[in-house]
Amino acid sequence: MVDLGSVEAIPPAETADVELYHPKSWLTKYVFCQDAKVIAIQYSVTALAIGFVALVLSWLMRLQLAFPGSFAFITPSSYYQFITMHGMIMVIYLLTALFLGGFGNYLIPLMLGARDMVFPYVNMLSYWIYLLAVLVLIATFFTPGGPTGAGWTLYPPQAILEGTPGQDWGIILMLISLILFIIGFTMGGLNYVVTVLQGRTRGMTLMRMPLTIWGIFTAAIMALLAFPALLVGAIMMLFDRLLGTSFFMPAIVQAGEHLKYGGGSPILFQHLFWFFGHPEVYIVALPAFGIVSDLISTHARKNIFGYRMMVWAILAIAILSFVVWGHHMYISGMNPPFGFFFATSTLIIAVPTAIKVYNWVLTLWRGDIHFTVPMLFALGFIVTFVNGGITGLFLGNVIVDVPLSATMFVVAHFHMVMGVAPILVVFGAIYHWYPKITGRMMNETLGRIHFWITFLGAYAIFFPMHYLGFMGAPRRYYEMGETAFMPASAMTLNIFITIAALIVGAVQLAFAFNLIWSLFKGREAGGNPWRATTLEWQTPQTPPGHGNWGKELPVVYRWAYDYSAPGADGGFLPQNQPPAAPASRAAA
Amino acid sequence: MSIMFVFLGVIGTIAAWWLSRQRLASKPWLEVGAIDDAGASSLPAAKIGLGVFLAVVGALFALFFSAYVMRMHMVETNLADWKAPPLPGLLWLNTGVLILSSGALQWARGAARHREMEALKAGLIAGGVLSLAFLAGQLLAWRNLVDAGYFLASNPANAFFYLITGVHGLHVLGGLAALGATLAKAWDGVAFDQMRLSVELCAIYWHFLLLVWLVFFGLLLLTDPIRSESGLIAAICRVF
Repeated sequence: MVDLGSVEAIPPAETADVELYHPKSWLTKYVFCQDAKVIAIQYSVTALAIGFVALVLSWLMRLQLAFPGSFAFITPSSYYQFITMHGMIMVIYLLTALFLGGFGNYLIPLMLGARDMVFPYVNMLSYWIYLLAVLVLIATFFTPGGPTGAGWTLYPPQAILEGTPGQDWGIILMLISLILFIIGFTMGGLNYVVTVLQGRTRGMTLMRMPLTIWGIFTAAIMALLAFPALLVGAIMMLFDRLLGTSFFMPAIVQAGEHLKYGGGSPILFQHLFWFFGHPEVYIVALPAFGIVSDLISTHARKNIFGYRMMVWAILAIAILSFVVWGHHMYISGMNPPFGFFFATSTLIIAVPTAIKVYNWVLTLWRGDIHFTVPMLFALGFIVTFVNGGITGLFLGNVIVDVPLSATMFVVAHFHMVMGVAPILVVFGAIYHWYPKITGRMMNETLGRIHFWITFLGAYAIFFPMHYLGFMGAPRRYYEMGETAFMPASAMTLNIFITIAALIVGAVQLAFAFNLIWSLFKGREAGGNPWRATTLEWQTPQTPPGHGNWGKELPVVYRWAYDYSAPGADGGFLPQNQPPAAPASRAAA
Repeated sequence: MSIMFVFLGVIGTIAAWWLSRQRLASKPWLEVGAIDDAGASSLPAAKIGLGVFLAVVGALFALFFSAYVMRMHMVETNLADWKAPPLPGLLWLNTGVLILSSGALQWARGAARHREMEALKAGLIAGGVLSLAFLAGQLLAWRNLVDAGYFLASNPANAFFYLITGVHGLHVLGGLAALGATLAKAWDGVAFDQMRLSVELCAIYWHFLLLVWLVFFGLLLLTDPIRSESGLIAAICRVF
C-alpha cells in the first residue's frame, strides 16, 4: 500500500464562524433559507410535486390511446397539450431539477466535507427562480387556449402558428418558463461546480470523491454549457412569436394567405434544441450513474470495481455527448457524411457506457449483496438502462432510425433509457438517503411493494411499445383509426399498456404515503444505518445540523469505497478514519 | 456550430489542463493517509465563480454567433432573403468607448492594488460613465437603423443584429449593477482588501464583454454588404 505523508492526523481545517450564514428568523430558517440542505428539500419536493402532475397527464394520454373517444374532455388538442407538458415536465422540471437541485444540493457539501455551498445566497435565489419557472409553467394550464401542444421539442414553425394548441399564451409562457428555469439553474450550477472545485475538505482529492459527486459535478458542467443553447432557441422563438421576427420562420402560406414571416430556418432551431437536448440525456444520466455506483458498492459491501475507469468513463461520456446531437435529426434531412459522423459518434458512446455497466456487474460479483430497497432499485436500474441503451444502438444508425423514428419504438426507447432508468435511481437514492435527511428509515415493506410494481409495471408498459413500434404504430397520434397494418390485437395491447400504466402510477401514491408516514412513524435510523463510508454518514448529528459538521471539518484519509476491509470494525472504513498506528502499517 | 466548437475547444483545453493536474491516473484505493493539498485553487471562490459564469455567458454568445453564421450560410440556397443592414458608422465610436471603459476599470484595478482610493473611485466612475455612453451609443445606432428603414422584423439579418447587440447590452447593464455595488462599497470606505476583489471581478467581466463585442463586431464587418463585395472577405466568409 502506498502511504502518503505522515500517519499522524493532520489538523482539520476550521471555518471561522463569521463565514457561515445564520438564519435569524423562522422565515429565513425554513423558507428563504440559504442552507443547501433546506434548498435541496425545497427543490426535491417541488420537483416531485410537479412530476406528479406529469404522471397524471400520462394517465390521461394512456386512457385516450386505450379507449379512444370514451372521454369527452380529451380532445385532440388537449391530447397534444398532455404530451407536451408530460415530456417537458419530466425531462426538465422533474429529472434535471431533482438530480442537480435536489441531490446536488444535499450531497455535494456533505459528501465533500464542506459546511455549505460556496455562494449560499445565489443558491437560494436559484430555488426561488426555479419555483417561479414551475409556477409559470402551471399557469399555462389556466390561460386562454391552455398550454402549448407543440410537443416537448417545440419545433417551429408549427409551435407558434395558428392551429397548434396553446398558440396564444401557452407557448409564450412555456418559453418564459424555460428561460427562467435556465437562469435559475445557472445560479445553482455555479454553486455545484465551484463547491466541488473549492469546497472540498482536507484530503478530499478529486480521486477520493464518491462517484455520486463525479456524476453530479460533470453533469452540472455539461448543463452549464448546454442549457444556453436552449436559452438561445427560446429567446429567438419568443422574438418570432412576439415581435414578428423570422429566425425560425420560413415564408408560409396559410389558408391561401401569406403570413408575415419569411426567411427563417426551422432547421436552425432543431440544431440549437438538440445541441442542448442530447447533452440533457446525460445531464440526467450521469448523476444517476454516480448514485447507482455508490448504492451498489454500499449495499453489496464491496469496493467499486474500476473506480478510475468509472471516472474516465464519466468524462468521456460528457465529451462525446456534445458531438452526437445530429442523431435526433436524421429524418430532418441530412448530408450523408454528417449522418455517418453522427451515427459513428453515437455508437462510440456505447463504449464508456458499457465500461460502466461491466464495472457495476463486477462490483456485484461475489459481493455480500443485501437486497435492501435501495439495492433493488439500483439493480432495476442496471437492467433497464441496458435495455434502453441497446435499443439506442438500433436507433443510432441512420438506416434503422429513419423507418422507426416516428413510431412507438422510439417512445419505448427513450422512456426506458432516460425515463424509467433515472427515475428508478431517484427512488433508490431517496430510500438510501432518507434516513440521513430525516433521521428515520422508510417503511421496508411498502418500499418493496413500490419497487416490484414500479419495476415490473414499467416493463409491462414499455416492452410492448417496442413491438407496436415494429408494427408501425405511429407515436404522437391522437387515435389510430382503421389501418391495414395494425391488427385488432394491437388495440388489446394498448389497453394492456394503459392498465399497467394506471397501476404503476397508483403505486407511486404508496411511495408518497411512505415518505410522509415514515417522517413521523419510521424506525429511528441512527447516524449510519447502511454502514457506509462516505462523509455524509459521519456527521455528528442526524439529520445534519446547520453547518453540517461540529467545530471541526472532517479530514479525509482514504477513498470512498473501503468496504470489505480486512479486520476493520464492521468490515468498512469511513473516509475520515485515520490510518492505523505505525505498527499496523507494515501489515498493510 | 463551428464557432461553438471553437469555444468548446477553448473550454475543453482549460478543463484538460486542470484535470491533468488532478492526478486522475492515481490509484486511490492504494493511497491511504493524509493528503494536505486536496487540489483546490488558491484563487478566491468568487473569482472562480466568475470564471465559470463567463464560460456560461461565452457559451451563450458563441451559440448566438453560431446561429448567425449558420443562418447566413444558408444564404447560398436562397440568395435573396439575407440582406445584412449597413453597419452604422457609430459602431466604431461605440467600440472605442467600450475599449476605454474596459481600460478605465483596468486602471481602477491597478489603483486598488496600490491602495489609491481616489484613483480607484475615479477609475470606477469613468468605467461606469463610459459604459453608459456605450449603451447610449448602441441605442442611437439602433435608432439610426430604424430611421433608415431597417426594422427588426424586416429581415433575419436585422433581427440577428438587434438581438445580439441587445443581449450584449443587457450584459453590460448587469455589469453596471455590480459596478454600482462596488462603487457604493468604495464610498462606504470598505477596506482595500475587500475592495480589491470586487474591482478585479468587475474589470475581468468588462474585458470579457469587450472581447465578446469585438468578436461580434468583427463578424459584422466580415458580413457588411458594402465591404463583402470584395472577393477576399467573401472568401473568408465562405470558410466560416
